Amino acid sequence: MIDLKTTYLGLALPSPIIPSSSPLSEKLDNLLRLEEAGAGAVVLPSLFEEQFTKDSLELDQQLSLGTDRFAEALNVFPDLEQYNRGSERYLESIQKAKAALSIPVIASLNGKTLGSWVRYAKEIEQAGADALELNIYDIPVDLQEPGHSVESKCLDLVKAVRSELHIPLAVKLSPYFSAIGNMALEIDQAKADGLVLFNRFYQPDIDLEELEVVTNLQYSTPEELRLRLQWTALLYGQISADLAITGGVYAHSDVLKCMMAGAKVAMMASALLKHGVNHLKKLLEAMAHWMEEHDYESVEQMRGSMSRKAIGASEGYERVQYVRLLSGDPR
Amino acid sequence: MVRPILMIDGNEAAAYAAYQLNEVIAIYPITPSSPMGELSDQWSAQRKPNLWGTIPQVVELQSEAGAAGALHGALQAGALATTFTASQGLLLMIPNMFKMAGELTSTVIHVAARTVATHALSIYGDHSDVMATRTTGFALLSSNSPQEAMDLAVIAQDSTLRSRVPFLHFFDGFRTSHEEARVEQVTAEELRAIIDDRFIDEHRSRALSPDHPFIRGTAQNPDVFFQAREACNTFYLDCPGIVRDAMERFAQVTGRSYHLFDYVGAPDAERVIVMMGSGAQAAEETVHQLLAGGEKLGLLMVRLFRPFSVRDFIAALPATTRKIAVLDRTKEPGSIGDPLYLDVLSAIAEATEDGQVPFPARPRIIGGRYGLSSKEFTPAMVKAVFDELAKEQPKNHFTIGIQEDVTHSSLPYDPSFSTEDPRTLRCLFYGLGSDGTVSANKNSIKIIGLETENYAQGFYFYDSKKAGTVTVSHLRFGPKPIHSTYQINRANFIACHQFFFLEQFDFLRNAEEGATFLLNSPFGPEEVWDRLPRQVQRSILDKKLKFYVIDGYRVAKDSGMGNRINTIMQTCFFAISGVLPVDLAIEKIKESIRKTYGKRGEAVVKMNFEAVDHALAHLHQVTAPSEANSSFAIRRPVPLEAPAFVQNTLAPIIALAGDSVPTSAMPVDGTFPSATSQWERRNIALEIPVWDPAICIQCGKCSIVCPHSTIRGKVYDSALLEGAPAAFQSAPARWKEFPGASFSIQVAPEDCTGCGLCVQNCPAKNKKEAGLRAINLRPQPPLRAQEVENWAFFLSLPEADRSKLKLNQVRDVMLLRPLFEFSGACAGCGETPYVKLLSQFFGDRAIIGNATGCSSIYGGNLPTTPWAKNAEGHGPAWSNSLFEDAAEFALGMRLAIDKQADFARDLLLRLTPFLGEQLVDSLLQAEQSSQEGMRLQRERVAALKLALASLECAEAQQLIAIADTLVKKSVWALGGDGWAYDIGYGGLDHVLASGRNVNALVLDTEVYSNTGGQMSKSTPRGAVARFAANGKDTRKKDLAMMAISYGTVYVARIALGADDGQTIKAFLEAEAFEGPSLIIAYSHCINQGLDLIHGLDQQKKAVSSGYWPLLRYNPELLKLGRNPFLLDSKPPTLPLAEYIYNETRYSMLKASEPERAEKLLALAEEDVASRWALYQNLAAMPVRPNPESPPE
Repeated sequence: MIDLKTTYLGLALPSPIIPSSSPLSEKLDNLLRLEEAGAGAVVLPSLFEEQFTKDSLELDQQLSLGTDRFAEALNVFPDLEQYNRGSERYLESIQKAKAALSIPVIASLNGKTLGSWVRYAKEIEQAGADALELNIYDIPVDLQEPGHSVESKCLDLVKAVRSELHIPLAVKLSPYFSAIGNMALEIDQAKADGLVLFNRFYQPDIDLEELEVVTNLQYSTPEELRLRLQWTALLYGQISADLAITGGVYAHSDVLKCMMAGAKVAMMASALLKHGVNHLKKLLEAMAHWMEEHDYESVEQMRGSMSRKAIGASEGYERVQYVRLLSGDPR
Repeated sequence: MVRPILMIDGNEAAAYAAYQLNEVIAIYPITPSSPMGELSDQWSAQRKPNLWGTIPQVVELQSEAGAAGALHGALQAGALATTFTASQGLLLMIPNMFKMAGELTSTVIHVAARTVATHALSIYGDHSDVMATRTTGFALLSSNSPQEAMDLAVIAQDSTLRSRVPFLHFFDGFRTSHEEARVEQVTAEELRAIIDDRFIDEHRSRALSPDHPFIRGTAQNPDVFFQAREACNTFYLDCPGIVRDAMERFAQVTGRSYHLFDYVGAPDAERVIVMMGSGAQAAEETVHQLLAGGEKLGLLMVRLFRPFSVRDFIAALPATTRKIAVLDRTKEPGSIGDPLYLDVLSAIAEATEDGQVPFPARPRIIGGRYGLSSKEFTPAMVKAVFDELAKEQPKNHFTIGIQEDVTHSSLPYDPSFSTEDPRTLRCLFYGLGSDGTVSANKNSIKIIGLETENYAQGFYFYDSKKAGTVTVSHLRFGPKPIHSTYQINRANFIACHQFFFLEQFDFLRNAEEGATFLLNSPFGPEEVWDRLPRQVQRSILDKKLKFYVIDGYRVAKDSGMGNRINTIMQTCFFAISGVLPVDLAIEKIKESIRKTYGKRGEAVVKMNFEAVDHALAHLHQVTAPSEANSSFAIRRPVPLEAPAFVQNTLAPIIALAGDSVPTSAMPVDGTFPSATSQWERRNIALEIPVWDPAICIQCGKCSIVCPHSTIRGKVYDSALLEGAPAAFQSAPARWKEFPGASFSIQVAPEDCTGCGLCVQNCPAKNKKEAGLRAINLRPQPPLRAQEVENWAFFLSLPEADRSKLKLNQVRDVMLLRPLFEFSGACAGCGETPYVKLLSQFFGDRAIIGNATGCSSIYGGNLPTTPWAKNAEGHGPAWSNSLFEDAAEFALGMRLAIDKQADFARDLLLRLTPFLGEQLVDSLLQAEQSSQEGMRLQRERVAALKLALASLECAEAQQLIAIADTLVKKSVWALGGDGWAYDIGYGGLDHVLASGRNVNALVLDTEVYSNTGGQMSKSTPRGAVARFAANGKDTRKKDLAMMAISYGTVYVARIALGADDGQTIKAFLEAEAFEGPSLIIAYSHCINQGLDLIHGLDQQKKAVSSGYWPLLRYNPELLKLGRNPFLLDSKPPTLPLAEYIYNETRYSMLKASEPERAEKLLALAEEDVASRWALYQNLAAMPVRPNPESPPE
């Protein structure tokens, strides 16, 4: 019997595949189907602090449009009892997910200001989430801000949340730090329980006909997995935090590679959005089949087996390999 | 007992009582009563129970006639039921009111009394509506203040249940309905003590029920009808006594005492004014002041006008009364006198005959009229009436408050007479609609009224524009009760929240000496003085004003508030006025911010808090120099070259001084000249479009979407550029029909509202800087002088030759002169581009019947008229009849034109021997399907008139009068969805079925835009609207399909922003169709909760999501053997959610009730899919000739 069980953030998971934060996990029905399909845990959609702020300000502006402007129409809309402009509905979704699912429920928080990170993190904990994933997503457009400042802001956030939180904490990182390894180490030292590699930035495109900037959601591509495999393999065994891979995970072979690089779990969203929830079940079955064919007993057995630590410092993951490739060195 | 003290207006006060004491509420919105229904609907949606613990059911009908029918039915079936209405709405209820009264049915109709439209519509208040119901058999009970509106609503309900006589409880529209004041709430316990459930049981026992069947509503013949009509007499005889008892019972429970007739004044008064309504408050204030001077006078306030109790009336008058002035707030032309006057006269005559009067001699009684359409009624006017009474021969049938210089009925009065209590602080705030001024003041007056010991009053005035509205807030507060039911004209505090008002109005004329003046100014304390007009500087110096400035917009911007300055200016007001210690005031403001905005989210609260905290640091007192040294004055309201009528009549209205216009300056029948909006030049745009000829592709897309006709294009002979101003821009014209010509786009800089739709619709982007287009918005002030000169030059250029234009092309449409320009519509309005297009195509021969609504307000609300004339003097002839009858009104016009044309043709034939066969034949056989054909026919008609002038027979004279009907006319019914889908649907349907050549243009915003966003049958599923607070459950009516079902009606559904070419085709085809046509035009609207800058994009999304499929149904195609149903848009590609959630009406439900929103979205998606499938099938159907298609 192939053992697909794993642990992540100290939580016992029936499988190493976690549907990552996406619109798919917005609905309880989907979460139940994901659990049934064999998901190890679920990550709920992110609570965006900016979204609350933006929604609040937009609502305020919209409800103020056209008011007290004309004697016949002093207001435009009836005043509804509530507009759910705070975290209440998100917290409610955690509670509902917890009540309905037996697998762990990981909440996700995407914030902006230090104070609100901590506040929302505590609220999420109180709502019953099994763990929290901090999604640090920042595009440092201010050209005056140096890299160390960006890094220290990130670390401050992690420390602030960690000091207030009792449930496990994972940090979803950007791949664009100049020293990712050191950043991972620092976050590890700040007592994060897990690192999720990596965040995907939604990058704008240009519409040549309309001469407009287009910002639409793009699915990840399988090619994106390699960067994640590389850093997982490099970090495995060097930090104590659990590693998770997200981005570019499509096939059962991708999940296997994640495990071998050293990840505790592989997260996926694009593949599920494209192929549906049942894709997860097929992946697990294909994984088990492959493992059986290749005489693996458990994912635990293969974990980190292809990491830098396992295969040696000079093999595969460093600059020397790049030089070899470019110079046509067959090794 | 401690009763809750509220700061509410009269509407809310009455609605509270009505909601507590009823279980079915059937309404139809009409200003100024709409808030009563809206509040009831809101409370019902919030599941607030009534006195008996059940949640009243609130239902919106298709008209007031419908509401009255539903009310009648609900009452007949045993419910406690009510309605709220006003004006024409009340008149539509009259037939049912007769029925309800005839059947002795207990109910109360609450009326915010409003002027009935006569020579003009007015939304403001008087008693013409209430007085029109005198014969219905309803009891009429009058309230004078918000407190009374609550109290007498209760008394009316108590009385109707006991007396079985139905009641109409009324109070003055706006003055009472919209005045905010301290109101002591009648608690549920008190209501229980007053209302005896026994009478409710009796009411229910009289209801129709198959369990104890009977019939009511028989038809009767001459033999018994009369007797039966008299059978109810005892109920009316008993009614005054029942009301008297109800008032006593109310007094025992609440401590507030009312009588059928309330007298205030000297017990030995000799001169007495008799009146009812809010004006009585001002009269009472005056009486108290004059009594202090030892005068023997008094005031009798009528509460129960019907049934009129002569005994109570006589008993309430002092026995010493020698002279009585009866004041009516209505006009009954042709009558001996106005209604209350006649009743008083009769009452005293009858009592005298019966020997029941205490007076030593029969009092002299005079009648006068005041306050029509909320005309101010002040203590100065009250004093003038008392002064008149003091004369030996006082004038009868007088008017007061106006200068009636035609029949000289008006009494003079001294405007400087004032009864304002010096302890009452009087504050005036001048703001711009939606800038937050009014909401801040409503908030302030609530704080003062509820958090201090002060009595408080808030009243708000709005001008009639929808863009750049001037608002004036009148706030009074002080230690004594406030009865001043008139606007403030001696203010201790004046705030001007918009700097540009300085050059427009002399608002400091209302400042008292030593008053405080707060100015929102982009210029600081050192710089501002030199920016003030001379009159303002002089007022500051002469009246020794304390002058403060704050750059409110800067603080707002820095705090993230955008352009909303409400909390900032509110903080400054409290800081300067000293009504509360500043720290306490700020604490209260913040409490109120949390209460008001808390549910909108923490970010909003925080942002407002920041604005409050930053305000005081930017508030500065200005030290005025010793003399006025400004080089400029307040701008003239209209330029000197404007015609005399504009100068004399319209200019004072523009300058907010319309009260000074005498009767002789007004038209006798409501007729006004066209094309006067060109003189108003409002300068409300902060930014205006600037043309870049190098980028422009001359497509005309900017011009076609301009809601105010302020951006135009012309093609002209290049030689004309010789006299052009230096800054005038041009480019070689790209029309092959005009070789060598030049082309210009020009904006009317002082009329543009700066909405930016033109820029949004410009397809030409700058290749070096894609953020720029061929037109770009730039600040107006530095451009104004230059562009004024350019605009004048542009206007002087000739119009293009229409015969060379291809009218089905957008770029050529740009070259047609709009005959609808510079209206008062909202900046970015989605309706007016269609109206303008109509005027461009057909304006020179159009006659328009306009339903009441937004289009009648921006189309015909004084001061100025946007319907214009071309160089030949031709232009749209426009009129507004009612809300409900635009189609029938237009049909009447069609019938008149057709009949006169018939007669003209007949006369032509009769006069052929004198006119010659050639002229007659050419007139009769004229081809008028083209513009050129109509031009030639006009020339023939001119020749005909010349020829007729020399004939002396009667038939020639008759023909001269109607000869113009020989030129083709284009008849249009115009209105919104409230008209077409609801109140006017029956008429529209009938006109479409008539086969007559009437074109109907429906400006479909999917809500009642003018009256504030009530649901119509056009409102889509899932949208929040008034009376659909939880999102509308049912799908939108498919008006197009209903009309198509006739097979003989031209129908088009269009959306200019999505497909301007299809829009143009639809207009041209509809008008060319020799039968009825219906155009349903998607009109984005601020009431949809959309920033109108995105209006055109939203139209595109409406179409690409399949929500608004574009279609045309042209019966003419049948004759050609083609399918008349043309589906003009492509299959849906955009998810519906991506269209709808750009609008607050949908997104607010998603925020408030996400599960319900999701459910409604799914149903709406199904609506889209099923309708698209149906349309596709229709468009693909094989052709089957329709036997009813119009004859060849």
